[in-house]
Amino acid sequence: MNVELKNIHKHFGKVHANKGINLTVPAGTIQGILGENGAGKSTLMKILSGFIQADPGGEILLDGKAVVIHSPADAIHFGIGMLHQDPLDFPPMRVLDNFLLGQKGGLFPNRAAVTRDFRQLAEQFDFSLDPDSYVDSLTVGERQQLEIIRLLWLGARVLILDEPTTGISATQKTKLFATLKKLAAQGMTIIFVSHKLEDVEHLCDKVAVLRAGELVGEAAPPYVTSKLVEMMFGKEITLGERQSAQQDEVILSLQNLSLEDVRLKIRNINLDVHAGEIIGLAGMEGSGQGLFIRACAGLVRPVGGRILLNSRDMTGKTYHAFKRAGVNFLPAARLEEGLIPGLSLTDHFVLAEAPRGIFIDRESGLRLSEERIKAFNIRGTPLSTVESLSGGNQQRAELALLQTPLSLVLLEHPTRGLDIESVIYIWNKLKERCRLKTAIIFISSDLEEILQYSDRVLVFFSGRVSQPLDAATTTVEQLGQLIGGKGWAEMGEAHD
Amino acid sequence: MIKGRFGNIIYQLAALGLSFGVVSLILIAVGASPVEAFRNIFTGSFGSMRKFAEVLVAFVPLLLVTAGLLVTFAAGLWNIGVEGQVVLGAIVTTWVYRLFLDSSLPPAFVIFLAILGGIIGGALWAALAGVLKVFGGVNEIFGGLGLNFVATALTIYLIFGPWKRPGVASMSGTVPFPDEFSLPLWADLRISPWALGVALIGIVFVYFLLQGTYFGLRLKAVGKNFRAAYLLGIPTWQYSMYSFLICGALAGAAGAMQVAAVYHRLIPSISSGYGYLGLMVAMLVNYQAVWAVPVALFFAALNIGSIQLPILMKLDSSLSGVLQGVLVLFVLLAEGVRQKFERRVQS
Repeated sequence: MNVELKNIHKHFGKVHANKGINLTVPAGTIQGILGENGAGKSTLMKILSGFIQADPGGEILLDGKAVVIHSPADAIHFGIGMLHQDPLDFPPMRVLDNFLLGQKGGLFPNRAAVTRDFRQLAEQFDFSLDPDSYVDSLTVGERQQLEIIRLLWLGARVLILDEPTTGISATQKTKLFATLKKLAAQGMTIIFVSHKLEDVEHLCDKVAVLRAGELVGEAAPPYVTSKLVEMMFGKEITLGERQSAQQDEVILSLQNLSLEDVRLKIRNINLDVHAGEIIGLAGMEGSGQGLFIRACAGLVRPVGGRILLNSRDMTGKTYHAFKRAGVNFLPAARLEEGLIPGLSLTDHFVLAEAPRGIFIDRESGLRLSEERIKAFNIRGTPLSTVESLSGGNQQRAELALLQTPLSLVLLEHPTRGLDIESVIYIWNKLKERCRLKTAIIFISSDLEEILQYSDRVLVFFSGRVSQPLDAATTTVEQLGQLIGGKGWAEMGEAHD
Repeated sequence: MIKGRFGNIIYQLAALGLSFGVVSLILIAVGASPVEAFRNIFTGSFGSMRKFAEVLVAFVPLLLVTAGLLVTFAAGLWNIGVEGQVVLGAIVTTWVYRLFLDSSLPPAFVIFLAILGGIIGGALWAALAGVLKVFGGVNEIFGGLGLNFVATALTIYLIFGPWKRPGVASMSGTVPFPDEFSLPLWADLRISPWALGVALIGIVFVYFLLQGTYFGLRLKAVGKNFRAAYLLGIPTWQYSMYSFLICGALAGAAGAMQVAAVYHRLIPSISSGYGYLGLMVAMLVNYQAVWAVPVALFFAALNIGSIQLPILMKLDSSLSGVLQGVLVLFVLLAEGVRQKFERRVQS
């Protein structure tokens, strides 16, 4: 099926997530969509698969016919099926029941016939799926396979895959690619959304690159990696002089640190972080940097190795022990993890201070609150609830909650979604901390921000961690390549 | 701000009006006069000093339970088990009394010990629900509900088993304690000023706890965002447990008052459903301690006033329950409508 997107716009409040996108995908093509986090890839795909609607004025044409897609069910009716990054299945149910769920039909499904169809489809693509096993016993790759044949069975002729190679094994990836090529040869349209350059270059017949909501360019094989990277991340911009407050004293020392979660394994990191130093963590979301920063905060218990803080062994201690030892962590999800909706700014500042007595002194609480609001340039009053503040002001409020003095500040996306003015303000505040010997580790998906403010950079890719790179001599392009999984062979990793 | 508060009151009044309207319709449907029914409820509760004293007798446990629930609600917990915590308060109070029946200790001291026992009993029963929640992952609603059934069964077992009356056990409860074990009453009325005092102290304590202390603020933080509270450095599960303990203690005090000031023995329905009624009051006052006193008094008056209905109008006294339930529903509905409306205005 030919898919044509014409002049697609999407606003979320003030955010312009898709800016007039035009894209044509002929039947039988594997179309790659490249872009960093927040570039607008997911928004565009959600529009095509009916999860959200585009702003009026745009058009979606299927085989030349304009259609309006109201819901995911509508999309599958038109033959568009989407495979989500996190499979939208029902883990406590059996494979076959999952398979049956999207089907329209009578009260009593014909299980025997469906089982036959299921086996046939699975065989065709060489998937070994047992229809009677439970979904939660499957690997991410197997759940993906289940989802693919389910969508095909429902009659999908356009298949959208969102970051499908995250969290699956190498053999499963080979099988997935073979399947997709086979489907394309049969005339299916495949849209492959990814940030992994290698996968896209390997698989796709053509590639469209999104940046900041715009389709900035298209490419066809043979691909030139550096061109793609430039399109993805834009040209280098400088934000003034870099300054370092780094000193010799070691604040945090990671020794053979190994971490694990359900998706990732990180092995044997060795790293010394110095007083006043800023370390930037680069990588696509879910590559291991979140796990790493939470381990440094004491929220994730390492499976091996040691964490020393000011030469004290903190391995296996609780988050609150880390906090008492001078580590503060500011999570990215401000209203979910960082702040308490329903409480005022004053309440927050009072909570963050050590209690004095039993009763709260309202007067001094208000004074403290007014001081902080002024010092951190928060647009709000002492009695404003945090959810009434804008994102930038919430971020400033979080920063205002940091204790003094601190050894280590850990930040997840400290400036995500903020205007440039707020970004500069927040970094000035953080730099002040560095001059007081505080070390900072931060995650960002903005490579310029990482190179601008860090002393050293660690790159994460599928649980692999690069050696610390000197931010002053690293370019956006080099970082972009590493983030996309290229050039790892030539450089060492943190555990070498 | 002023406009918002004013708007709030309009919604609340509309809810009140609607609930009276619905109950009136029910009354008309069964062929009774709503005006007469409401007048009977009013005179049945405020018509004489004696009747008002009865209202206060119901007000004491209701206020104590509500005060306790304000604490668990602040911590984001639905302590349905409060009913069982009242029962356990009554059981332990009875048990302490029985221990000292023949002792030479001054009766005032025995009363004190018995009430203290009730408070501890209620707190421990609540702690059980807390432990199930914090360490066992059992939702406090399910844990509390289960424990309520256990508490009721335990009461029946004690009344018909180990604590049965000499001769024949009966639903009328255990043998009444001697008069000197009763909290002193006000003149010839049935209300004990001591019990009233305990209830008022309870609500004032909770008011200051939630309004002015670090403890209260931290409790609210845990209730509103458990994860963020933890990241801010608050020992979260400990605070959940504290809130269970405080609520249980206040519910236990309510049970103790039922034994020491009202029934002077353990009876099967010792809690009279005040736990569940307290949940309604707490929801109705939107979890604010200031309003707990008037609303609890209003509910107590409805309960007592409606006792007149079967006698005078051949209506069932459960009409008060209908009115209370409908009122809560409409107030919550009004709140939902208001929020929806305000969101629409904003966007």
